[in-house]
Amino acid sequence: MSDVPWLLAMIVVPAVGAGVVAALPAAKAGLARLLALAVSLVVLVLAVLAAVAFDPGGPRFQLTSSAPWIPDFGVEFALGVDGIALVMLLLVGVLVPVVVGASWHETSTGKRSMRTFWAWLLALESTMVGVFAATDVFLFYVFFEAMLVPMYFLIGGFGGPNRQYAAVKFFLYSLLGGLVMLASVIGLYVVSNSQLGEGTFAFDALRQLDIDPGVQKLLFAGFALAFAIKAPLVPFHTWLPDAGAEAPIGGAVLLVGVLDKVGTFGFLRYCLPLFPDASRELAPWVLTLAVIGILYAALLAVGQTDLKRLVSYTSIAHFGFIALGIFAFSTEAATGAVLYMVNHGIATGLLFVVVGMLIARGGSRRIADYGGVSSRAPLLAGVFLLAGLASLALPGTNSFVSEFLVLIGSFPNRPVFTVVATVGIILAALYVLLVYQRTMHGPFRGVLAAAEEPPPPTAARPDGGGATAVLTAPAPGRTAPVRDLSPRELAVVAPLVALVLLLGFFPQPLIALVEPAVQATMSDAGVDPAGTSPAVGEEGTD
Amino acid sequence: METVPATGLLSAVWLLIALPLAGAAVLLVGGRRTDRWGHLLATATVLAGFVLGLLCTVQLAGLDERSAGVELFTFISTGSLDVQAGLLLDPLSAVFVLLITGVGGLIHVYSIGYMAHDPGRRRFFAYLNLFVAAMLLLVLGDSFVALYVGWEGVGLASYLLIAFWYTRPAAATAAKKAFLMNRVGDVGLALAIFVMFAQLGTTSYAGVLGSVGLLAGGTVTALGLLLLLGACGKSGQFPLQAWLPDAMEGPTPVSALIHAATMVTAGVYLIARSAPIYDATPTARNVVLAVGAVTLLIGAIAGCAQDDIKKVLAYSTVSQIGYMFLAVGLGPVGYAAGIAHLLTHGFFKAGLFLGAGSVMHAMGDRTDIRRFGGLARRLPVTFVTFGLGYLALIGFPFLSGYWTKDAIIEAALDRGGWSGWLLGAVAVVGAGLTAFYMTRLVLMTFFGRPRWEDDSALPTGTPHEAPPVMTAPMVLLAVGSVAAGFLLVQVFPLDAWLEPVFGEPAEAAHVVAPAVVGVVVTAVMALGVLAAWLVVGRREVPTTAPARVSPVVAAARRALYADAVNEALIMRPGVWLTRALVFLDNRGVDGLVNGTAAALGGSSSRLGRVQTGFVRSYALGILGGAVLVAGALVAGTTA
Repeated sequence: MSDVPWLLAMIVVPAVGAGVVAALPAAKAGLARLLALAVSLVVLVLAVLAAVAFDPGGPRFQLTSSAPWIPDFGVEFALGVDGIALVMLLLVGVLVPVVVGASWHETSTGKRSMRTFWAWLLALESTMVGVFAATDVFLFYVFFEAMLVPMYFLIGGFGGPNRQYAAVKFFLYSLLGGLVMLASVIGLYVVSNSQLGEGTFAFDALRQLDIDPGVQKLLFAGFALAFAIKAPLVPFHTWLPDAGAEAPIGGAVLLVGVLDKVGTFGFLRYCLPLFPDASRELAPWVLTLAVIGILYAALLAVGQTDLKRLVSYTSIAHFGFIALGIFAFSTEAATGAVLYMVNHGIATGLLFVVVGMLIARGGSRRIADYGGVSSRAPLLAGVFLLAGLASLALPGTNSFVSEFLVLIGSFPNRPVFTVVATVGIILAALYVLLVYQRTMHGPFRGVLAAAEEPPPPTAARPDGGGATAVLTAPAPGRTAPVRDLSPRELAVVAPLVALVLLLGFFPQPLIALVEPAVQATMSDAGVDPAGTSPAVGEEGTD
Repeated sequence: METVPATGLLSAVWLLIALPLAGAAVLLVGGRRTDRWGHLLATATVLAGFVLGLLCTVQLAGLDERSAGVELFTFISTGSLDVQAGLLLDPLSAVFVLLITGVGGLIHVYSIGYMAHDPGRRRFFAYLNLFVAAMLLLVLGDSFVALYVGWEGVGLASYLLIAFWYTRPAAATAAKKAFLMNRVGDVGLALAIFVMFAQLGTTSYAGVLGSVGLLAGGTVTALGLLLLLGACGKSGQFPLQAWLPDAMEGPTPVSALIHAATMVTAGVYLIARSAPIYDATPTARNVVLAVGAVTLLIGAIAGCAQDDIKKVLAYSTVSQIGYMFLAVGLGPVGYAAGIAHLLTHGFFKAGLFLGAGSVMHAMGDRTDIRRFGGLARRLPVTFVTFGLGYLALIGFPFLSGYWTKDAIIEAALDRGGWSGWLLGAVAVVGAGLTAFYMTRLVLMTFFGRPRWEDDSALPTGTPHEAPPVMTAPMVLLAVGSVAAGFLLVQVFPLDAWLEPVFGEPAEAAHVVAPAVVGVVVTAVMALGVLAAWLVVGRREVPTTAPARVSPVVAAARRALYADAVNEALIMRPGVWLTRALVFLDNRGVDGLVNGTAAALGGSSSRLGRVQTGFVRSYALGILGGAVLVAGALVAGTTA
């Protein structure tokens, strides 16, 4: 089964799907979304089949295929996955159908037809697969940049009132990072040319290079800047709250759940193995940014008044944990970081989806416009709470495993950074419980209560009437009671809820899938892949 | 300590956790379909757990090692970290299993009556079952990680149940406060686990507790202090005590089970379980002692000035757990005494809370003892059971509290030197204060002139005694309150049962003869009772709290300003910091980046123009390029 080009199929199928959907007449938006759902489910099946064909104990890169592309420069269209890339593909496979379901009743806020929305979504899926499946650095770069295009149009065409500004900001930031990375990619080619006699972009060849430490630092800087913008680390983060807030919910889920992970994935796949000395030497800088980010973004999340901006800031804090795990240089922490990428995609994806369901009911992103939703929509509130608990990494949810691994794996090497990061778990509880209390607890009030029972004309709005400021969808004068989750919405959240709990209690299969790849990465980075040895105890005392 | 693989019934010990967990899942997922019988299912899982726990304990007693382990599955294994999901049933976890399922089962039964008319009854029982499952995991886990998972699980259940009546802002706020203050403690527990892994490469009890000798002195002390931080959060001990009284916003059965009998004693369990660590660090033990002594006084002082029946009991819990911390802080001489007091306290405090619930049930959910009075004749069963719990708590001779509290005071005195005398004196003063606030509570509730007769809002037909489904658990707990101490100290000595965990019971030094201690403590207790009678028994109780009071009373009413201090030191600066950062991030960081971009582009207005047209065409340009490249690729491969 490993002969089947699973990866190529996962790139081509959504790309072709995007083309077909785009070619449909504008009036056929209903058919377009059905097609989008079908295509995304096919990709999910392909991802699962690829995972079945993958042998965790086998060679590092599997399901490989390659074709010469730009032979003059040694560029190959080379695909292949290690365990890390594979789980990211599985994440993509799971999230896109969820996003399609969550966007089912999305209406276009701009001039463009929803058909275009579905087409861009599928195009995005194709590029996301490509960026994780590429084993040629140039190909990675191409997908890295190509990924921006569909996301730009998803935000700019279908987002909130301030979508143009957000989309442009997202694009410029990413483009800047990409250009700097391109310089480093070319630099790698030059180095390979001088060392190997012929230039190459093949990852497996490049990691054999012995690059001068000074050059390493420069090349590292190029990659790291692109990844720090993508993942975003403080202070390169300010595009994300805007993009996350203005993007349509589906776009926000994929932006924070997958696109941003390309940054942390890049650190682990490219920075550590290709530039081990530079990574090691510059690690304190990255760790400093990571830990500042954990606390800074968490405090900012506490202070947000907009639901989607809040979730965006929580993600920035979470990316700090991932970066900590990667730059702690231990198998345990790096395994934790990889799990964190997957788990955060699931948990924050769920949080964004359920926040979107709330916003769809109230028509406002403002936290202050909601209150006591629990009493009318207990299922929605319950899912919101579960997603929040996963965000604060409560044991029993998937995020606990990854956060715990990151912290316990980082502590032996980097005790000070880890202790500061651990304080972040208090702030995580604060931002989650604060927003939960404000929106779900207390007496039923706010825009939903107003929609249910129009207030007498004399009644003054308690909050000064700011509700309409950030309307994302008009909430016409409804009088029907607020509905709890519909069967469609339940079907959308159910897979993510199940994964949050399943991976919370039984994470070991996932760990077993990624650990060999993590160990190979650690070997490349010059770390003992067997793991941290205890300071005084004998190994295996239990 | 030798642990053998579990066989027979013992290998099914995981069912103890699985049963209530399944109950919670059925109730939560099943939704309204389970409304009619959900509470019965939930109660049955806990009662079945009690029977299973009892059988397991009997089998455990027959084992030479009295310690059985069950390996379930690999939870997390990567690099050199290997965390197995395993359970450990030993004498210490066994007594907790019996306490949790026994008292928990009774409280489930009581709740059937107490929550009968609440529309959220199913949700209530689901959370209660979730709590029992998590609490059993906490005490049955065989590693610090398993304990941590249970630890956070009970925290979640506590949060959900404090906020059970979530439409009340006070309940929602109290729940959040409890979770956050617990999280502060959790940081300590988490860091302790990290240190264990970094130093010893393991987090299992067997691995860590068996290798304490390898650790440097400073490391052991750090471990002891970090674990203590966790214990303080969970058990409402100074300086993290302020959440526990607020937690009384939850339904009263919750206060009885979680915030009196079981969860809040998890800190004591943690310290006792980590005994080999504390044995090796006198410094950390001394801090435990100080925390216990300070908290037992804070709780007792605050309890003297509260007018809410549940708040009095809550501060009493804070204070009584202070006794337990004091006991386990004494080291080997105190572990068994601390656990014994924990068990008897579980009986009488749970009974007292259920009694308080019965009073509230009778009084239309009122909690102000200034508007109670003369309820003894109206609520005879409640009065008698509450009265027995009261006598047990204040240490009336030969009732439960007398045996277990005296043991702690004796152990403190046996420490010798000035610190022994100081700790002993604090404990004795605490006993006097306990007698005062509890007598004040009983007198104001059950005796004197009824101060509720002019309350026209009181539902008709009240006050009336609770139905049997509520009074039966109260009666059983009252029996426990009377007899448990005698049984645990004299008949089935707990220290002998716990010997596989804590080692041979030490021969008591008897710095002061036990009889003398008994007499002195009883005399101080009598003074407390007398003082209370002089204040509220002999004369009429005003229905509103006097406004002009001494600074001492004012301070006691506000629990020695714990909330005010937290607010001034943490909350308000935190709010300012957050606001400043939000401003900084919007104007500063973002502005800086935008400004740089604008400077590069010439001017900000030009950037504004650039924003729309140029970027879109660039984006399309990239796309076009990609399509061309893809086309070339296809052409290249097919050629």
